[in-house]
Amino acid sequence: MKRMSDKTFAWLNIAPAILLVFGIVLFPLIQTFLYSLQNMELISDNKGQFVGLQNYAELLSDPDFWGSFGRTIYFSLASIAMELVLGLLIALLLNENIKGKTFLRTIIILPWAVPTIVNAAMWKWIYHPEYGALNAFLKQLHLISSYQSWLSSPWLAMQMVILADVWKMTPFVVIFILASLQMANKGVYEAASIDGAGLVRRFFVLTLPYLKPTLLVLLVMRTMESFKVFDLIYALTQGGPANGTMVLTYQAYLKAFANLQYSQGATISYLIAMMIVLLTVMYVRILKTEEEM
Amino acid sequence: MRHSKTFTVMQYLFAALIVFCTLSPFLWLFISSISYQKDLTAVPLRWIPKDITFERYADVFVNSGNDLAYSFRISMINSFIVSASVTLIALVIGGLAAHAIARFRFRFRQKLIYIFLFTYMIPSVVIVIPLYLLLNKAGLLDSKITLVLLDLTFAIPFVIWIMQSYFRLLSKDFYEAASIDGCSRFQMLLLIVVPLVRPGLIATGIFTFLLAWDEFFFSLLFTSSLDAKTISVAIAEFSGKNTVDYGMISTGGVLACLPPLIIAYAFQKFLVQGMTAGGVKE
Repeated sequence: MKRMSDKTFAWLNIAPAILLVFGIVLFPLIQTFLYSLQNMELISDNKGQFVGLQNYAELLSDPDFWGSFGRTIYFSLASIAMELVLGLLIALLLNENIKGKTFLRTIIILPWAVPTIVNAAMWKWIYHPEYGALNAFLKQLHLISSYQSWLSSPWLAMQMVILADVWKMTPFVVIFILASLQMANKGVYEAASIDGAGLVRRFFVLTLPYLKPTLLVLLVMRTMESFKVFDLIYALTQGGPANGTMVLTYQAYLKAFANLQYSQGATISYLIAMMIVLLTVMYVRILKTEEEM
Repeated sequence: MRHSKTFTVMQYLFAALIVFCTLSPFLWLFISSISYQKDLTAVPLRWIPKDITFERYADVFVNSGNDLAYSFRISMINSFIVSASVTLIALVIGGLAAHAIARFRFRFRQKLIYIFLFTYMIPSVVIVIPLYLLLNKAGLLDSKITLVLLDLTFAIPFVIWIMQSYFRLLSKDFYEAASIDGCSRFQMLLLIVVPLVRPGLIATGIFTFLLAWDEFFFSLLFTSSLDAKTISVAIAEFSGKNTVDYGMISTGGVLACLPPLIIAYAFQKFLVQGMTAGGVKE
């Protein structure tokens, strides 16, 4: 029996994955794009009519779209900044020789493993205006004078959503940074310490530059993920109050599945996808330069 | 390295704060699940309930006539079936593809990896509108098989992305030795490659399971009855209602956390390896 060539064998192995993934994804990917160029409002008389870039033009001149865009950016920036800073601090602590280190490492990963919807439902209960644990706790510590409605003012609700995200995702950042720290060359730190470099100086001159690639990868990964935030918003605030937590994916979902404005939903989706593509390209670039180093 | 005393004290304070912030929300979720409703709605809040009850847990596990408990049980079983199927299929199909991509040189190889990465990254909302219309017409909504197929669109690319970095670590010598011993290609895969990358397979499998267990968007749109509804959807649906049994949501929450928590805890070592393998190396 003649052995088949490596190439044929390789494609044979990849074929099922290609068939399944692209088979399901390709058609809707193209179809959504077509919808974004058509008039697909169910109530309209001219349903299915080709309208070119009109949907894009409409959307890009719609203040509601820019509002959601701004909130998506704000959500991403604020939660990622906190996750990176907190994650870095916690990872540095867990890398030290403190008592209870093993215990800390064991529990730190737990919030990350909580399903997003459970995370949202749990925080919704904690934020409850009358019976919530947060109000009770802060009141008993005399940090607030009266109970707050955490999720009923637009600005505050956004911060509360961010807090829930930070609680869940900081562990992910910790694990990544901790893994990098453990691969670091301890001797360099000892030498720097003997040379009289203080803690802060060691951090900025040695640790931070060493962690730069890891931090960059985390930054891009988390940006891509937080740009897609949906579950958390759905279960915590439904985009409210007064659009205070309305982000792009949630808006796309509402347009398509609540208002049945398929083309508007499709257009927002495509704009999100383009942003994600840009981020993916950045991610790949970072990985490549890292490999060359 | 030695630190000043003040610094050490600060470290332990910080550690205590981490422990508090990490564990107290869980603890409160659990306490809520075993409290009577009247304790949960007492103002000021009673941190330690006067009486505790495990009735809600019992309701979920035995036929009790409590509709909500029943729907939690069924949707949890659905989640299990879907997540386990997705994990198995994605490991086999994605694993084969990842191995081929890592081991053989062929045209489009690099492009293929990035296309799969892109498929993993695109938000589900981009593909769901036509899928919804299509599946609705074909009468394929609200089925576990449809959900498995949809989940595979992100699970397979994920497995490929992570596993190829494991396969690349394998030395060519293994293949040559096996080839000289007269191994066929599939024997080689099964008897040599799989055992060598087992830690990677376990880590990737855990991750895929967690991804599928956490999946919400497809389940929200494509399932509606207990035939296929997953636990995430059941919890979201229920916590959105106006009159709410907070204790029952908490119970559902605790139960929905258990599988991922047990898995994450039991396989922590593999998990950390897996988390960093795909992200740091290409």
